[in-house]
Amino acid sequence: MTVSAGAKAPPRPGPGRRFSTFLSARPKLQLALLLAAPVAWLVVAYLGSLAVLFVSAFWQVDALTTEIVHTFTLQNFEDILQGDVYRTITLRTVGMAAAVTVTDALIAFPIAFYMAKVASPRTRRLLVVAILMPLWASYLVKVYAWRIILSEQGILNWALEPFGLKGPGLGAGNVAPWLVFSYIWLPYMILPVYAGLERIPDSLLEASSDLGARSLRTFRRVVLPIAFPALVAGSIFTFSLTLGDYIIPLQVSSKQFIGNVVYDNVGVANNLPFAAAYATVPVLIMIVYLGVARKLGAFRSL
Amino acid sequence: MAKSGLARWLLGGVTALTLAFIYFPLVVIGLYAFNDNITQAWPIQGYTLKWFGRALDNEAVRQAFWLSVKAGLGATALAIVLGTLASLAVQRFQFFGRETISFLVILPIALPGIVTGIALNATFNEVLGPIGIQFGLFTIIVGHATFCIVVVYNNVLARLRRTAPSLEEASADLGADTWQTFRHVLLPQLGTAILAGALLAFALSFDEVIVTTFTAGNQQTLPLWIFANISRPNQLPIINVVALFVIVISIIPVYLAQRLTEEPRGIGGGRAPAGPEP
Amino acid sequence: MTKTRTRGLRLIGLAALLVVAALAAVSCGGDDNEGSGTTTAAAEANMPTSIGAGEGQVNLIAWAGYVEDGSNYPDYDWVTPYEKQTGCKVNFKQANSSDEMVTLMRTGNYDGVSASGDASLRLVAGEDVSPVNVDLVPNYADIYPSLKNQPYNTVDGVHYGIPHGRGANLLMWRTDVVKPNPTSWGVVYDTSSPYKGKITDYGRPIYIADAAVYLKSTQPDLKITDPYELDEDQFNAAVDLLKKQRPLVGEFWTDAAKQITAFTNKDQVLGTTWQYQVNTLQASKPPVPVKAILPKEGSTGWSDTWMISSSAKHPNCMYKWMNHIASPKSQALVAEYFGEAPANPKACALTSVKNHCEIFHANDEAYFDKVYEWQTPVKDCGDDRGDECMDYSEWSRAWTEIVG
Repeated sequence: MTVSAGAKAPPRPGPGRRFSTFLSARPKLQLALLLAAPVAWLVVAYLGSLAVLFVSAFWQVDALTTEIVHTFTLQNFEDILQGDVYRTITLRTVGMAAAVTVTDALIAFPIAFYMAKVASPRTRRLLVVAILMPLWASYLVKVYAWRIILSEQGILNWALEPFGLKGPGLGAGNVAPWLVFSYIWLPYMILPVYAGLERIPDSLLEASSDLGARSLRTFRRVVLPIAFPALVAGSIFTFSLTLGDYIIPLQVSSKQFIGNVVYDNVGVANNLPFAAAYATVPVLIMIVYLGVARKLGAFRSL
Repeated sequence: MAKSGLARWLLGGVTALTLAFIYFPLVVIGLYAFNDNITQAWPIQGYTLKWFGRALDNEAVRQAFWLSVKAGLGATALAIVLGTLASLAVQRFQFFGRETISFLVILPIALPGIVTGIALNATFNEVLGPIGIQFGLFTIIVGHATFCIVVVYNNVLARLRRTAPSLEEASADLGADTWQTFRHVLLPQLGTAILAGALLAFALSFDEVIVTTFTAGNQQTLPLWIFANISRPNQLPIINVVALFVIVISIIPVYLAQRLTEEPRGIGGGRAPAGPEP
Repeated sequence: MTKTRTRGLRLIGLAALLVVAALAAVSCGGDDNEGSGTTTAAAEANMPTSIGAGEGQVNLIAWAGYVEDGSNYPDYDWVTPYEKQTGCKVNFKQANSSDEMVTLMRTGNYDGVSASGDASLRLVAGEDVSPVNVDLVPNYADIYPSLKNQPYNTVDGVHYGIPHGRGANLLMWRTDVVKPNPTSWGVVYDTSSPYKGKITDYGRPIYIADAAVYLKSTQPDLKITDPYELDEDQFNAAVDLLKKQRPLVGEFWTDAAKQITAFTNKDQVLGTTWQYQVNTLQASKPPVPVKAILPKEGSTGWSDTWMISSSAKHPNCMYKWMNHIASPKSQALVAEYFGEAPANPKACALTSVKNHCEIFHANDEAYFDKVYEWQTPVKDCGDDRGDECMDYSEWSRAWTEIVG
């Protein structure tokens, strides 16, 4: 029996390895393979759907049959631009979104800072869980709970009665929706701000203090600028969620918001073209908002 | 920054107040799950456990619950795949349109839900209807996955930014092919980020109502069931029970996930965020 | 870098092409979807001639309180007997307005609907419902003659549904808050009302007709005869009245349960309602002190018809349902539970309140002369004014302005 001296020929690489070698020489192909599915989904499916929707904004609906009449017309947009009520509703919604965003930023910052910088690791973990839990409580049920709280004979008035005060009440006011919006979207602001504050190295804060800055100064000059992109990131959610919501206004207010007009026209009145036309308003607003947010660095802090 | 005693106390106090604010309505929900009366009046006159039995018996609730679970799992799975792929592409390669991907990914969650809902509804009607695909679990998953991608994408992207490519290069230098590097080097590093994103994605999907209204057809996820029944006077107590149930059963998974996703100080240096990044 | 740039550009270009292709497909596809107009005669020819076995389930859209299975009150259950008898499981989708019902029916996912007069003709015109072969519904023969062959359920002699019952929209108030007891709709339009912010309107454009009913009495020079056929002057007057009323309104209700909670908690104390809410409030524990009347100016109302979808997947079950709900026993139960006049006179002997039919004016045409049943406003005034009237799209537009 002869044993052949010398090296054996290396085994032929398997197909997986061959493909992997093939790929590693072609980074662009790797890129294309990585991007194919997400791009297909987002661009074709999602953007395509949006395009389909906005095409229908140029059509109209027959009043009796509620069938869509496929004739190109700018009537929907004319109605929106000329009608005072649409301007009022848009301004009201944008104003509310801004108010809610500011409110949530103010509420979220202290608790996020405490979680990120002050709390012990165990407390921090518990706090994060505590912030995440309300996301699992049904949004609808939470809104309904607020109805019980704000109702004429509800919990808030019951608690304020001994002091002779009264709550905002449900109905024609702005306070009730502002309260409920701020409450519901709060976790969406706390989490990004917390993540952003967490990224600030302790050493930076210590250095600032070593250099003689007191708490307030450090806060203004060191913490706030670093945390600002995170605030903007959180604001994307609070702003956009308020901009398009129709359920909370229906439950705690009698005023209409942008979402109500869109929903009334598509979900109830079956006038999809008009709903699509009015839906361009919040979409345009959000695209501008996202552009500004990106410039401010929010996308890196999401 | 001098964490003076006063500052700590103040911050702690504000934090406690904020937590009280956050949990107050949840306590109200919990209380009303035991309310003896059908009408949601205050103060509560009597307490009872009977609604728990009724909720358990209610077949529609059980079906809605399972549909929500299935939809959540499906949407999360899709979001994991698409989000990871996209973030790998964006982080590891330079290409024209790189900035746009981040923009595209966040668009579904940044645009009003009703716009996403009616757009998808119109497309499903025009495109899927003619080829025979009905509204149902599939369309729900598609709708949810679209806005869940961003959650996984952001988490994985943030993690990728902090993992040095040198590890992958070292792995390749040592003879591993692309799959081995991915499986043995990259995936373990990304694992907890994916998990954190997945959990948040599941939560988003499980509680979503607006987009689902337009993509579910006849089917009812749990939020849709709640939405339909919240306008029936005698179902309100069961709804409170259901909400309480979901809150309670999710405490353990959320806590566990939080423990698992906490990063030890390690590769990449510096202090890494310990929480999920929405 | 240049190569990647080109590749990136190509990717984007490809995507754009796909989007354009999708648009083109949609636009072309859209035209094909326009159904060829089937004449009612042809539609009639497609009606079933016999009912086969049940398909196992039926998907219904109906008003709150129309499809009860005993889960609210064990005594009020007309679904379980039907399910036992036919083997058809009932899936019930509650709709809170005619608009919602039309939208839901257009999806084609349901078998039938209890349509009010402002929905029925839209459904017929949109070909969302099929004619009903009344010979296959034995209980139809018993229905009050005054409900048959009405413009809202019969087109060109073809029957499109089985009458369910009718009623008026009432004025309800909390007796412990609103004093003295009102007799006129004027209380909700009084700009100096002490109940400002606690008055409630029905939250759909059809409510403009209620304003028109009030103006019919208080401003006779407007010459309003039919509150759904309003020419420009009459329409503007009604819209102005509602705009003046707006600061008084705290809630626009469509959801009966929400109104019940609002009145229970004194968030709202005065406004229009259905008898269903009155019944539920008075029967709650503890009872809520409310009363309701048909004010002296008359009111709007509704006459509902069960219609079958043109894309019904369970037509046999639907026919069985229509026959079941028109039966004397079911009619008695639902008329009492909801609080309306039944369509089947044989129900009157079976109601637990002996004179239910008298209370609800079941065969009292003089009463229902003062009740203007919901119908869809169309351009054609139906009289010598011709095509001068406002159609429903104008009503919808004005309604958005009114709510603000």
